[in-house]
This record gives sequence, C-alpha cells and structure tokens, in this order.
Amino acid sequence: MSAAIAPSPADPMLPAPWRVRAVRRETADVATLDLVPLEGDAPRFAPGQFNMLYAFGIGEVPVSVSGDPADPTRFVHTVRAVGAVSTAIVAAAPGSVLGLRGPFGSAWPVDAAEGHDLLIVAGGLGLAPLRPAIYQVLAGSERFGRIAVLYGGRGPAELLFRDELAAWGARADVTVAVTVDHSDPSWHGHVGVVPALIKKMDFDPSNTMALLCGPEVMLRFTATALRGAGVAADHIFLSMERNMKCAIGLCGHCQFGADFVCKDGPVLPYDRIAARLAVREI
Amino acid sequence: METLERLLLAHPFLAGIDPAFGRLLVGCTRNLRFAPGQYLFREGGPADEFYLIREGRVALELHAPARPPIIIAALGAGELVGASWLVPPYRWGFDAKATTNTRAFGLDATCLREKCDADHHLGYEMMRRLLPVMVRRMQAARQQMLDVYGHTSA
Ligand SMILES: Cc1cc2nc3c(=O)[nH]c(=O)nc-3n(C[C@H](O)[C@H](O)[C@H](O)COP(=O)(O)OP(=O)(O)OC[C@H]3O[C@@H](n4cnc5c(N)ncnc54)[C@H](O)[C@@H]3O)c2cc1C
Ligand code: FES
Repeated sequence: MSAAIAPSPADPMLPAPWRVRAVRRETADVATLDLVPLEGDAPRFAPGQFNMLYAFGIGEVPVSVSGDPADPTRFVHTVRAVGAVSTAIVAAAPGSVLGLRGPFGSAWPVDAAEGHDLLIVAGGLGLAPLRPAIYQVLAGSERFGRIAVLYGGRGPAELLFRDELAAWGARADVTVAVTVDHSDPSWHGHVGVVPALIKKMDFDPSNTMALLCGPEVMLRFTATALRGAGVAADHIFLSMERNMKCAIGLCGHCQFGADFVCKDGPVLPYDRIAARLAVREI
Repeated sequence: METLERLLLAHPFLAGIDPAFGRLLVGCTRNLRFAPGQYLFREGGPADEFYLIREGRVALELHAPARPPIIIAALGAGELVGASWLVPPYRWGFDAKATTNTRAFGLDATCLREKCDADHHLGYEMMRRLLPVMVRRMQAARQQMLDVYGHTSA
C-alpha cells in the first residue's frame, strides 16, 4: 500500500523482451523463473508489486514478483500452471524469451510496519508475493518487533521454498510456523489451518501489522482470526487477485468494488475491503 | 499429589479454574509420557481417558484401506486430545499418535464423568472449556474440507 514504484514511462502497454535465465521447479506444477532484460536494466520494484508476463502468441497474465527487492539485476517470478498462459510460462525453457511489462500496483507497507510486531501470513502460492517483503524485513529485522512467518499449504509436497523456510526458521529474529491441511505420517510439523496458528503466536495485538496473501477463503478466515485476536482492521493488509487486462487502471477488468486491483491494489487494507470480501459476486 | 495439582491447574485448558475443582480433577489425573510413534489411543478403542498435552506433539490419524494413514490434525503443548469420552458409546473415532517425546495428563473418563454428574458446576465448567475447542476444531475441519489451496485458487 505504500512506496509503490511506477512502471517505466515508455508505453506501459508494450511488453519488453526478457530472457529466462534460470528455471527452478518448486512443486509438480509450480516453477520459479529468473528473468533478465534483453535491453537495459531491470526496473526497481517494491515488495507486493506484480508484472504482466506475456507468453508470445498465447497471452498475458499478472504475476507477483517473488524475488529480492535488493537485487537490481533481475525479476524472479513463481508461477503455478493453471491454464494456457501460466502453463506456457511454467514450461518456458532457460534461454527462451517472455514479454514483460511492469512493475504495477501497490506494495506491502513494509516501512510503515517498522516498530510493530509483524505477522506475515501466507497460504499456498501466496508465499511467493510475500517473499520480497520477507527478504526486506529480514534484512533489517532490528527495526521490527517480533516477526513471524506463518505458512499453510495443502500438503507437504505442495509447500514452496522449503529450504528457505528452514533457513528463516533457524534464525533467532523470526518465528516460522508451517502447517498443512493434511499429510501422511512422514510429516512431523503442524497439521491444521493457518488461522489456528495465530493463536499460538506471541504478539502484541495493539501494535501488530499483518500481511496476508493466499486463496481468498483463507484470507477471510485469517483476517477474522486476527480481528478476533485484537489486531486493528487498518493494520491488516491483503493481496487480492482479479482478472486483469491493461494493468494500468484503464479497462476496468480488475474492478473490485470501488477499487481497481491493478492500480489501487493488489495490496489493500482490510478495513477498506472487509465488507466486499463477504459479498459473493464481487 | 500437591505438585500434580499445581501442574494440572497450570495447563492452559484449565486456566483460571476454581482451585476447588482442581482438587476434584486431580483425583482423576495421572502423569503420562509417550515416546515418538507411541499411540495414545486407537480408533474404535474405549475412550476411557482424555489428555491434556504438556509438551510434545500428537498427530490425529485416519485410516482408509490400502492407503497410508492421513494426519488430519497435529496438536501440541496446551491443547487437549479427544472428546469421545463425553459421548456414548465412548469409543475413539481416530488414532492419536505421539510424533515426538510427549508428556500429557491423562484424565480418567469414568472418574471425570462421575464427578461432572455429581457436581454440575464442575460439569458446566468443563463443558464451557471444551465446547469452544470443539467448535474451533469443527470450523477448522470445514476449512480443510474446502481444500482452499486446490488448483482453482492461489
Ligand atoms: C495481482 C496478481 C498477482 C498474481 N500473482 C501470481 C503469482 O505470483 N503466481 C501465479 O502463479 N499466479 C499469480 N496470479 C494468478 C495468475 O495471474 C493466474 O493464474 C493466471 O492469470 C491464469 O491464467 P491462465 O491463462 O494460465 O489460466 P486461465 O485460462 O485464465 O484459467 C485457468 C484456470 O485457472 C483459474 N484461475 C484463473 N485465474 C486464477 C487465479 N488468479 N488464481 C487461481 N486460479 C485462477 C481459472 O478459474 C481456470 O479454472 C496473480 C494474479 C494477480 C491478479
Ligand atoms: S486491469 Fe485494466 S483496469 Fe485493472
């Protein structure tokens, strides 16, 4: 919601060519791509922002940046294959070229969260759009109160970034709790839903900021649990997803009540959208 | 006995309970340890005890033929295991297995039921504490049922 960075002033509707430098398979249907520009430098981005990725001849989709905002050389994106475009992106081979425009949208309020306890709550693929914020926070963790990363997934095999989660969990300045909906007995961690983890965390609700990203149902239940624990609605931020076309606030495709998710979001404060989240058709 | 009573009353499930009830409960309570892999109880077995976890982790498992068991919940320190001791025919509906070294209080179900029947204030106090846990677990189970991380959502 703050410090968003605008896309390059050149035609924001024109994708620039970016080379796939490396691909890392995360799970059966999720891959992380390193993209470097064919020309010029990678634009800066703020955690929470997204790019429009274009698979030539197939189509264009919004995808959040999942890399480190301190690395100015590339864009890192983590994509799940769900349909034609995302499947083509996940299948992109190293060396191939994708179109990219961005970055677009609002950012996680990382700076505004300084001095607060911070709960970063992700579900499923939602860890990817939060990862840049986690990198930024952990690079200056002394500026925050207690920091917790709560992550939920369907099962162990579908969890993203497990090595990194383990590395963060080994640090003294952050608590990491991972839970899965169900599992076979080889998993020795939490089993249960993400909102249930909130009760186990130690934080001062009157001085806590929460950043949430995941499936909308999980966002709703998590925000409700946070409100129940006493966290103020304007201290809870959610990243929303809606279908997009222009990504620059022109076409209205991404309208979510009074907001355009591409321009006013994707990161929005809960107090602004709580009522809309409860309405089925929006 | 005195230490057991103090430790029992320090369990979050019983936080703030009238110490007089604590004295009643401690008569039904024993201290238990489970090694990793050891079962607290198995599906279908008599629900003759219920457990307050002090330390460790307990997985609740469901079995289906020809499939590996599925863990449907994992419970840790401060949580309780099992409600079937309250509901006839007092049989467990799933397996509960310690996945780490686990310490728990075991509360004898017959003893507890008798004391709750004899003293409805105690009975009400126990229900008041149990019901929110059961409702939260039911809500969690509903959320799990939604399979929110499936392929049609983020
Ligand atoms: C701001 C923003 C950030 C996003 N960040 C990421 C990201 O980091 N990684 C990522 O993989 N995806 C992300 N998405 C979702 C991504 O844009 C969609 O998965 C993509 O548009 C699907 O396009 P498609 O042509 O592959 O599939 P389609 O043919 O459009 O859809 C195929 C199937 O997927 C379902 N679907 C469509 N959109 C979504 C969606 N948003 N979420 C889940 N299922 C969907 C459809 O209902 C359909 O069943 C983001 C979306 C937004 C708005
Ligand atoms: S995608 Fe066009 S207005 Fe948001």
